[in-house]
Amino acid sequence: MSILVVEDLVKHYTVRRGWFGGAAETVRAVDGVSFVIDSGECLGIVGESGSGKTTLTRAILGLERPTAGRIVFEGEDIHALSPKALRAQRARIQMVFQDPHASLNPRMSVRDIVAEPMEVHRDVLGLSGRQMTDRVAELLELVRMERGHLTRYPHEFSGGQRQRIGIARALACNPRLVVLDEPTSALDVSVQAQVLALLIGLQDQLGLTFLFISHDLAVVRYICHRAALIYRGKLVEDGPVDQIFDAPRTDYAKTLLAAMPDPDPGKSPFWGPAAQGKIQPDSEKGAP
Amino acid sequence: MSARTTAEASGTSGGEGLARAFYRFRQNPLSLVGLVLVALLLFLAIFGPLVAPYPEHLAGEVSVLDRFKPPSAAFWFGTNEVGQDILSMVVAGAQVSLLSAMGVIVIATLIGTLIGLAAGYFGTWIDEVLMRFTDLILTLPALILAMAIAAGLGPSIVNMVIALALAWWPGFARLVRGEVIGLKEEQFVVAARAQGAGAGRIIFRHILPNVTSPIIVKMSLDVGFAILAVASLGFIGIGVRPPTPEWGVMLSVSRSNLPHFWWTAIFPGMAIFVAVLAFNLFGEGLRQALDPRARR
Repeated sequence: MSILVVEDLVKHYTVRRGWFGGAAETVRAVDGVSFVIDSGECLGIVGESGSGKTTLTRAILGLERPTAGRIVFEGEDIHALSPKALRAQRARIQMVFQDPHASLNPRMSVRDIVAEPMEVHRDVLGLSGRQMTDRVAELLELVRMERGHLTRYPHEFSGGQRQRIGIARALACNPRLVVLDEPTSALDVSVQAQVLALLIGLQDQLGLTFLFISHDLAVVRYICHRAALIYRGKLVEDGPVDQIFDAPRTDYAKTLLAAMPDPDPGKSPFWGPAAQGKIQPDSEKGAP
Repeated sequence: MSARTTAEASGTSGGEGLARAFYRFRQNPLSLVGLVLVALLLFLAIFGPLVAPYPEHLAGEVSVLDRFKPPSAAFWFGTNEVGQDILSMVVAGAQVSLLSAMGVIVIATLIGTLIGLAAGYFGTWIDEVLMRFTDLILTLPALILAMAIAAGLGPSIVNMVIALALAWWPGFARLVRGEVIGLKEEQFVVAARAQGAGAGRIIFRHILPNVTSPIIVKMSLDVGFAILAVASLGFIGIGVRPPTPEWGVMLSVSRSNLPHFWWTAIFPGMAIFVAVLAFNLFGEGLRQALDPRARR
């Protein structure tokens, strides 16, 4: 059953050129994207910087009004909702941000950060302060942190721990859909693996649906069931992860895959026989 | 700036962060001088009448025989034209000067912060209207504007404080607006919006706590200048009136005693100078301790 349907989503920005707002230029950040996410799956959205990934997520979160198209979440067009209904809706779509240093308020304790979604939706949830603290402690254990961290501040934690706090915050209101915006790209490789394993475990345990934004194909292949490639605001190819990686249909998908370093040096385009003579030696730095 | 400064600014949250900020504050001996002088001024403002050597002089119980005594062991700063001990009056003057200067800054901070928060957060036409109004006030020289308001309201200490505050808030409004515009693009603010938090919650829970450091720094720097403004208004006879002991008033009265009875002018003048300097050194020290961008 589909949980989120994105239909022909278009978001154009008008950039004013000149001093008097004369000539205007339109940036087509998202240009007619459609896809569906089924309940319980993890869909990866892959694209390079500037491809429209961020605009897409902002529209799905209701932060940005699309120029055209619809975003239907659990049967409701989110941009047709009243502001009040939209606010309530937001409890069910939560997000984990890319940079765990910037996405946690440095002046708030871990307890207050993780409890915030519950505070915001207090009218719906009706939890007392005490109950919220208990729930925060529960969530911290869920992301493998300790109850003792409740009163600490973000700067006392490592990047991986902060990202766990961000994940705990996203889970606070029992969301149906979690948008993960490059949740591991700011982390060390060893920590990345831990966080990804945690996310997969949480998805199984809580029956979550993930929309996973990334430019890292290896990560997408590891965590996602399906993937969609976007390029210049358009959806280029989508399908099951194995199909996209093993039998890409479009040229863009092939180019993107060719640029991906293979963990097996024998297969890497930088090391294998296919690369001989084509790539200069200094590009070896790009290989792991 | 965003990620890195936020991470570093986080060093000032929580108890451990305060200790670190105080450590940075102590690194500069001038900041410590400022701190000691500010503490001394606050002490005089609170206990002034108790530590003044001749408290009865403040109430007007003076001896005509003591008129225009030069500085001596009995009267360290000398006496004035009616025989009042100048040291006692300078000490008592700290109360009026500091209290009214702090009153000015507190009111100006409240007005300026609210306007800056609204303009910076909501943007668009609200920002335009509020900031054009702010610029308008800013183009008028603060002291002249305060003089006009004080003249209109009538001379009293409270009216003078209100007048100065109404001329003083634009600086705070611009400071806060600038900080808010930077902060509202921070990811933790976007995160709060994505959770469905309303404007009030975002402004007061997420943005305001992250603007407090620059506000506190500007407040402590500005108290010094407000002391100078209070003294200026007293000097030209719009603010505090004699016989209330106030440094500007004392200077004003002493004009007719110059140059022969120089001590009637030098000591109140020194008091103003030291007070302004103290708050400047203290405020600058706070800036270095709290603002990661100012650190070398």
